[in-house]
Amino acid sequence: MTTAEADRGPGAGYSPRRTLPLRIEAIRQLRRRRTMLAFGIMLGLPWILAAAFELGGGPSGNNGNDTVGLAHLATDGGLNFAAFSLFAATGFLLVVAVALFCGDTVASEASWSSLRYLLAAPVPRARLLRQKLTVALGYSLAAVVVFPVMSLAAGTALYGWHPLRLPGSLVVLPPGTALARLGIALAYVVVTLLFVAGLAFLLSVSTDSPLGAVGGAVGLAIVSTILDAVTALGNWREILPTHWQYAWLDALQPQVSWPSMIEGAVISASYAVVLFAFAFRRFARKDIVS
Amino acid sequence: MNRLSRLGRRWWPRGRRARVVSVVVALAVVAAAVAGGVAASSAPGPVAERNLRISVADGPHGNQHVSLDATFFTPSGTGRAPAILLAHGFGETKDAVKPEAESLARDGFAVLTWSARGFGASTGQIALDSPDYEVKDVKGLVSWLATQPRVRLDHPGDPRVGIAGDSYGGGIALLAAAYDHRIDAVVGQSTWNNLATALFPNAEAGGGPADGVFKRQWASLLFTAGAGAAEPSSPGSGGSGSSGGSSGSAPGSGGSGQAGSGAGSGSSGSSGSAAAAGGPGTAGPLAAGGAGGGSLCGRFLPRVCAMYQEVAQSGKPTPQAVSMLEASSPSSVPSRMTAPTLLVQGEQDSLFGLDQADANYQALRRNGAPADMVWFAGGHDGGDQETARVESLTAAWFHRWLDHGATPAKTPAGQPGFAVTRALGLDPTDNSVSLGVAAAARYPGLDGTRQRTVRLSGPGQPVVNPPGGAPAAISSMPGVGSALGLSSGLSADMPGQFAAFLSAPLPTPVQLTGSPTVRLRVTAPHGATLFAKLYDQNQGGTATLPAPVVAPVRVPPSRSARVVTVRLGAMDYDFSAGDRLRLTVATTDSGYATSPNASVSRVALDGPGITMPEDPSLTLVSGGLPWWTWALPVVAVAAAVLLLAAGRRRRTRDDADPDLADVPLVISGLAKKYKDGHLAVDDVSIRVEPGQIVGLLGPNGAGKTTTLRMLMGLLWPDAGVITVFGQRVRPGSAALARLGSFVEGPGFLPHLSGRANLDLYWRATGRPAGSANFEEVLAIAGLGDAIDRPVRTYSRGMGQRLAIAQAMLGLPDLLVLDEPMNGLDPPQIREMRDVLLRYAASGEHGGKRAVIVSSHLLGEVEQTCTHVVVMSRGRRLASGPVADIVGEARDLEEAVLKLVLVPAGGAPENGERS
Repeated sequence: MTTAEADRGPGAGYSPRRTLPLRIEAIRQLRRRRTMLAFGIMLGLPWILAAAFELGGGPSGNNGNDTVGLAHLATDGGLNFAAFSLFAATGFLLVVAVALFCGDTVASEASWSSLRYLLAAPVPRARLLRQKLTVALGYSLAAVVVFPVMSLAAGTALYGWHPLRLPGSLVVLPPGTALARLGIALAYVVVTLLFVAGLAFLLSVSTDSPLGAVGGAVGLAIVSTILDAVTALGNWREILPTHWQYAWLDALQPQVSWPSMIEGAVISASYAVVLFAFAFRRFARKDIVS
Repeated sequence: MNRLSRLGRRWWPRGRRARVVSVVVALAVVAAAVAGGVAASSAPGPVAERNLRISVADGPHGNQHVSLDATFFTPSGTGRAPAILLAHGFGETKDAVKPEAESLARDGFAVLTWSARGFGASTGQIALDSPDYEVKDVKGLVSWLATQPRVRLDHPGDPRVGIAGDSYGGGIALLAAAYDHRIDAVVGQSTWNNLATALFPNAEAGGGPADGVFKRQWASLLFTAGAGAAEPSSPGSGGSGSSGGSSGSAPGSGGSGQAGSGAGSGSSGSSGSAAAAGGPGTAGPLAAGGAGGGSLCGRFLPRVCAMYQEVAQSGKPTPQAVSMLEASSPSSVPSRMTAPTLLVQGEQDSLFGLDQADANYQALRRNGAPADMVWFAGGHDGGDQETARVESLTAAWFHRWLDHGATPAKTPAGQPGFAVTRALGLDPTDNSVSLGVAAAARYPGLDGTRQRTVRLSGPGQPVVNPPGGAPAAISSMPGVGSALGLSSGLSADMPGQFAAFLSAPLPTPVQLTGSPTVRLRVTAPHGATLFAKLYDQNQGGTATLPAPVVAPVRVPPSRSARVVTVRLGAMDYDFSAGDRLRLTVATTDSGYATSPNASVSRVALDGPGITMPEDPSLTLVSGGLPWWTWALPVVAVAAAVLLLAAGRRRRTRDDADPDLADVPLVISGLAKKYKDGHLAVDDVSIRVEPGQIVGLLGPNGAGKTTTLRMLMGLLWPDAGVITVFGQRVRPGSAALARLGSFVEGPGFLPHLSGRANLDLYWRATGRPAGSANFEEVLAIAGLGDAIDRPVRTYSRGMGQRLAIAQAMLGLPDLLVLDEPMNGLDPPQIREMRDVLLRYAASGEHGGKRAVIVSSHLLGEVEQTCTHVVVMSRGRRLASGPVADIVGEARDLEEAVLKLVLVPAGGAPENGERS
């Protein structure tokens, strides 16, 4: 693209490549209540969970039974608490967080009418989307990572630094291995959430209502989860993007089992690539009437 | 890049319709790829199904005729196919295996299912897979298959045939293959090698069933299932008279008198005499069965029934019982087991344990017959039966040995040599145990490929056999466990009745695969029956019985201590590091017959500890990734590229017109039609020269705002050209950098202050901060201290002024303001007018700027603007200097009204003067 700098006059110094720098977009989003609230929840929820265990007198049935779930092991130590927190958050909280950052990003600009001034600045449309998507994904990643990290900190503070007891077996992993396993699990969760990000982003460029974009993405994720519960669908459920969202539990087996995680990551990333492409295509052709 | 895109344009259809088509194509490609991946299973062909009765001759002399109720499934097509005989389990009928038969037939096999003699609508009586009866029946079925036009033949009278079955059906499969070498392959699941050792197990090394302990619970359950077997519902076509005149009693009612009498009369002389030979003492109750209206024996052969009654009442094996059970066992014909055999045995099986399959395997290997061993998660005690996997293993086995050259559609996990299902952990999403398969090239037997001795400790302990043998320890729940879906974990030892020996916490994990052995020193003055079990005791102190298997041993009375080497139940289990092994030796077990006489024995360890067999070559096999795992990302990326590239808007160079480089704005032939068909702007041309302040006038809906939005690059024009200082304007084009705009209200981030908004906006334009002229612009906004308050607290007028200030950031050469006076009070309006006049008059490098103002305040426009453009219904009605437009009218308002009220088309077109 030609830089097309005006040879004189106030247009001087304009270059499309310098428009909407990531740092500026990050600052624009950072001071929003929505951002603060999301991170507040991510940082506070582990403590609320811990308080719930205190109030309830610890997980029930923690009597050394051999078929115990993550919830029963949650107070065994910081690592177990982090694993349980991740389990509790996978289905909804993390989905909402990602949908919030990726669904709100363009739609809220449209609802404030600031979108048209950015485009008239001019920020080229593809660049605007790229920059906003990068920042939204960055915030999503931060939110998804900060939650288990805070859980680990809270759990360690409250229950101590102990080896990770694996659910459903009598196997215990030393902390170093356990941290690596949780890292694998978290990385996988991040990849599965790409689908939610893609969906929310597509809705975000399609509507002027941030609530609609965020709610729509969460709603469709829930629909996918409900369909996944219909066992009559058989193998067809495997193409549902939420079908594999708990496959990271395979990283918490005595031996890591990869196939489900690979399939889940492939499904999610493939959906995301197509959805992102669709969003860019839509936005490039769109008449901005907001 | 350009050439490429031109090339692309030639190949990709253009226009809206084409774009829709390309999107649909892209999505269809993805959907098809995904669906294809899921539905990649073999195409199901129609399966023909024929119900029929097959008459066979059996009995010791081959002269008894039995009519078997059978169903023959043939695959689609007309050619010959390998055949499979599919046998059912005890107490079932041919209907139980119908789904598997259909699936095998879809796989290309001709499948024959039948109800075994004594079950369902078949005639005859249950002889427990006897070589004289059931085995001869199967021989008859093989001969029948050889006459079928759809069955492939090895030789005349010798079909290409395999046989498979579960439990009772597995037993007949192994026995029939041993007796009839026309059978070419076998799959035996959850079945026995020696029925005597299965029902009278003796875990002492070198011990036999003669000293075994009666597995009372299972034996009685099986007997009840046979005695209560349903009568044939249709009249028999011949042979045995047992079905004739049946009263059709309900299944499970304990049989009927008819069956009892049929047993006596129908089965001709030989079986009657066999009954007499079985045990004279039991002839009475048997005979009474016919008269009393209730039958003890149901559809059992009287000889079998008598044998059962004798051992059940005494709780001890008799030589006759042992020999009869052994005759019905592959162990009686080990040298004849030569067909390739897949052995599938359950890890949760207290009836036919892994040791039974092991004995079959050893016999096959001694004969050099190909054999594979599969230990699956289920069994007679419940657990995950892995039905789909076992069925696919079965199909693969038959493809391999019956259908040479044909490769199975999918090789199931764990095909090579030896496969073991292991619990990997708990899946918290549904609280089910997730399973994995570990495989090794070779089955090592129950002693593993290496042994590890784990030291146990504990003093010699007295154990009490309670009077009456109750309460009894629990190790399994025969019949109940599978009915309730329970597997292991249900176990209890009674206080005082057991001795326990414990290891230290294991320093490393022990992956047990096979039968552990341990030496005990037992002092039993009155004799003892002992049951040894191995628990996993975790760090919390809870002990779990990994599998519902116990090792019973019988110790004869002796005042001196006797050393007993016990082979514990075979299993595959992972003992974690830190756990302890816990061996208990109890005097009772609810599944077994024990002595009612009270006694006390003493049990101590002899030797260093327990020997644990391991097979480290077993490695977890992944299920293998479906092909779409690799294809899908490629398809997705291709679809994404297609989405982005196909029907792309023309992207030509930002072609500049040097002749217009000094003209702030030229619009020519501009048109825009909205999606709803409304023609908002129709062939509008406007030209703005430096120094001009142009008023854009017209009623609501005239197309003013649409024109300004196209000027800002927000809408895609349908026709026409806009140039700013000679550069084409399109969405995102660099020419927009010379344009400052305020259209349809302000657009700010409400959570930020006015100053932060302007600052961040300018930085988003990517231009140097120094060229923003902040102070000058802020002075125009005149917000005072409010500039540092969040924008959401602003009044409408404040927001308006801030927005105009934003439009002026960088002092653009062309300023576009849409209703700038709205929301301003009269002094502010006046001030704004001065600002605009000054703005247009001055410019950098001595040039002049231009301003476009759209407004409905015509008086204001008249005072501010040098030129006006009047629009209505999307068309330009007039344009020119204010004075020309006003003409003879009283003022601009009257002139404009006159113009607008004239019917469209008849408007006088004033010449442009500029």
